[in-house]
Amino acid sequence: MSELTIKQSGPAIFLGRLGRSTLRGCEQLGDATMLGFHALSLIFSKPWQGKHFVLQLYALGVGSLAIIVITGAFTGMVLALQGYYTLAKFGSESLLGAGVGMSIIRELGPVLGAFMIIGRAGSSITAEIGIMRVTEQTDALEMMAVNPKQRILLPRIVAVILAVPLLVAIFDVVGIGTGYIVGVELLGVNPGAYMAELVAKISMHDMYGGWVKSVVFGFLIGIICTYMGYRAVPTTEGVAQATTQAVVISSVCVLIIDYILTSFFL
Amino acid sequence: MIRAERLSKLFGDVAALSPTDVHIRSGKITAIMGGSGSGKTTLLRLLAGLEKPSSGHIWYGNEDLCTISDKRLYQLRESMGMLFQYSALLNSLNVYDNVAFPLHEHTDLDEAVIRTMVSMKLEQVGLRGFEHLMPSELSGGMAKRVAFARAIAMDPKIVFFDEPTSGLDPISSGVISTLIKDTSTKNRMTSIVVTHDVPAGLSIADHIILLWQGRIIAEGSPDEIRHSTDERVQQFLEGRPDGPIPFSRSTTSYIDDLTHKPGTVRLES
Repeated sequence: MSELTIKQSGPAIFLGRLGRSTLRGCEQLGDATMLGFHALSLIFSKPWQGKHFVLQLYALGVGSLAIIVITGAFTGMVLALQGYYTLAKFGSESLLGAGVGMSIIRELGPVLGAFMIIGRAGSSITAEIGIMRVTEQTDALEMMAVNPKQRILLPRIVAVILAVPLLVAIFDVVGIGTGYIVGVELLGVNPGAYMAELVAKISMHDMYGGWVKSVVFGFLIGIICTYMGYRAVPTTEGVAQATTQAVVISSVCVLIIDYILTSFFL
Repeated sequence: MIRAERLSKLFGDVAALSPTDVHIRSGKITAIMGGSGSGKTTLLRLLAGLEKPSSGHIWYGNEDLCTISDKRLYQLRESMGMLFQYSALLNSLNVYDNVAFPLHEHTDLDEAVIRTMVSMKLEQVGLRGFEHLMPSELSGGMAKRVAFARAIAMDPKIVFFDEPTSGLDPISSGVISTLIKDTSTKNRMTSIVVTHDVPAGLSIADHIILLWQGRIIAEGSPDEIRHSTDERVQQFLEGRPDGPIPFSRSTTSYIDDLTHKPGTVRLES
């Protein structure tokens, strides 16, 4: 029996590869969604994981506090400097408070906060779960009749969903505060004008938009980082690769979803 | 008690286990032996429900492990234990909490009772007084002994042992083998031991299954295995490099590789 050989051209090879990676991406998306929702569906199943939610919230939330405060502080300071420089050209320095507040609450707080949490907490979630896979700790849990999806994945996903909005709120407060210090104390903007414009121009709608973004980002980070760790190839290299991918994919997803949500909340 | 029918496992195109029937005797020690890559650990993980088979059934009594719900599987596992090859202790917990873990999870016992039970298990493995140490502070042999104590913490009916003596010094290895034998006999525990430690396997097992290339090539009592006329069995027991089981896994000519003949792999400088 003769074999049929088809010689593929360059574009055909490219399309083939593109198709395969698209299919693999869709497969992973479906798998991550299923795994995440399966873990979340166990939230009310016995045994109740309350203690582990608190432990993870402490580890991920409090552990990320310093980096959030530092990032928030310098973001507010830079925004005040840049904003003052721009507004001074139009003689509108009094609008500095509104500019800094709106930029931070609507956009920079959720996005930069999410990036910092991905780098600090998301990567550690992926690496920790990946190492548990490599060292068969998740199998050991299975054999001790403890569901690793409920014990390992669920508390981390819930902790990130709760931690991101809280940390973003802290980011916002610190950013606006340092913006005030730079704008009022260093650059001489009228303190009354700064605060009055801040309160007058920022509506509940802006606050709500920032809050929704931070909850959605928390959900994304939790699902992606736990998934990448749980499905990591159980080797040292596999865990390293999964950690890098978790950070890259989470960051890109945050940017894409940010655009989509911003277009809804404008 | 445990019966596998036409059990097979494929990883991609590679058959780690060809369709195999296995019968594990209740209350006895079954040793699954064979060389590296013969499918021992795959068979153990399938029997423990840690892997889904590519085909076949695993019967626990009249329940098929391949079709039961997750909830039922976890119920069954409350009466199982497993000692992993690299111990698999939970890194975030100390020795006491590792051994007490299944007791905390599945019983409402008072902490004082759990403490006593943990002490008894640790005494059995010779590590009482080491409760405060973290897994990173233990040697390989100590970690394995703690993992043994954890595996039997709930006095399970079935215990899976994956290479229980590998990486241990002769004394620890002998202690673990004796512990498996004694615990299984006293508690009427069904033990399934994967090992390539021939003396340990022959000394503790009531029944031996010998695997090669994902197939069972011999099974029976230690005496039946010792007196098997199968050349492969004798080669494995004696550890001879020459015989029907080739030592080298290479499929290309060594001479061709060295002389860089076409079709062979050449290392780039």
